[in-house]
Amino acid sequence: MLSSDRDILTEAEAWARSGRDVALATVVETWGSAPRPVGSHLVIDGAGNFLGSVSGGCVEGDVITEAMDVIGDGRPRMLEFGVADETAWRAGLSCGGRIRVYVEKVG
Amino acid sequence: MDLPLLTALNEERAARRAAILVTDIATGTSRLVREAEAGSDPMAAEIAERLRTGKSGLVEAEGGARFLTVQVPPVRLVAIGAVHISQALAPMAKGLDLDVTVIDPRTAFATPERFPDVPVLAEWPDEALPKLGGLDRYTAVACLTHDPKIDDPALVAALRAECFYVGALGSRRTHAKRVERLTEAGFGEADIARIHAPIGLDIGAVSPAEIALSVLAEIVADLRRGRRRPS
Repeated sequence: MLSSDRDILTEAEAWARSGRDVALATVVETWGSAPRPVGSHLVIDGAGNFLGSVSGGCVEGDVITEAMDVIGDGRPRMLEFGVADETAWRAGLSCGGRIRVYVEKVG
Repeated sequence: MDLPLLTALNEERAARRAAILVTDIATGTSRLVREAEAGSDPMAAEIAERLRTGKSGLVEAEGGARFLTVQVPPVRLVAIGAVHISQALAPMAKGLDLDVTVIDPRTAFATPERFPDVPVLAEWPDEALPKLGGLDRYTAVACLTHDPKIDDPALVAALRAECFYVGALGSRRTHAKRVERLTEAGFGEADIARIHAPIGLDIGAVSPAEIALSVLAEIVADLRRGRRRPS
């Protein structure tokens, strides 16, 4: 079975406790046929390891890149992805949906 | 998010208590609202609604947008009776991400060999249920033994705990007798009407696996009641 979003928060805590730099990404808004529901989480560490999903694979790469910056300066960021976005080809949602993802540092 | 806050949220989950993390999107600051203190929160009405639906989401509040990460306890299924139907039910329920526990005081039935995938407690419901931390409204209870000595105490506990799903195996005649016993025990019509009996959606189920499927479909239908199309 897929890890639930609950397991991911437990894992985020464990990663942070073990001294790793950790960022948490959360789907805060969706439009159209977004692949993952609001509240879905992706946890990322400073080495680029990640667990969970905010889009089923479509935009995780970009979220992880942004998470590195969040870990670096500690400032949360709001990201937006979708077919209407200029990043559509680079990191778009093939399903035609749009999502907003909030990325924050843990700790 | 502060680590102590994340820890507190995870603690609530481990204790099977609902909680909401309120994050100020602009500043990144968060606070935790536990179910017990939800009534006195400045966002009480919104929080009560979110706790009911279990849905996370953005909310416009005084001072800007807040994101509410809603956490309700994982859905559990307690099967009373380590019977043939439960053997089919347990792995299917696990596949639906339900936390499954099987309870049956008959030690010949309640063996790990018969239930390799899930915890089995070879005890009476009155002894076993407290060990699960008691029942709650995020728990489904399916009574499958046909034996009132075993099923009834679990039914009583499930009704009192307002479990979101309560089902009991048995014919209409068996259920009529059950209704008499529960009425004598002080339960009203509305309480008793919450018991699904005969158990399971009417899909003409015959085999244990088909009955298990019909029970699980009924559980999902109750769990997702708010999403169902009007019939």
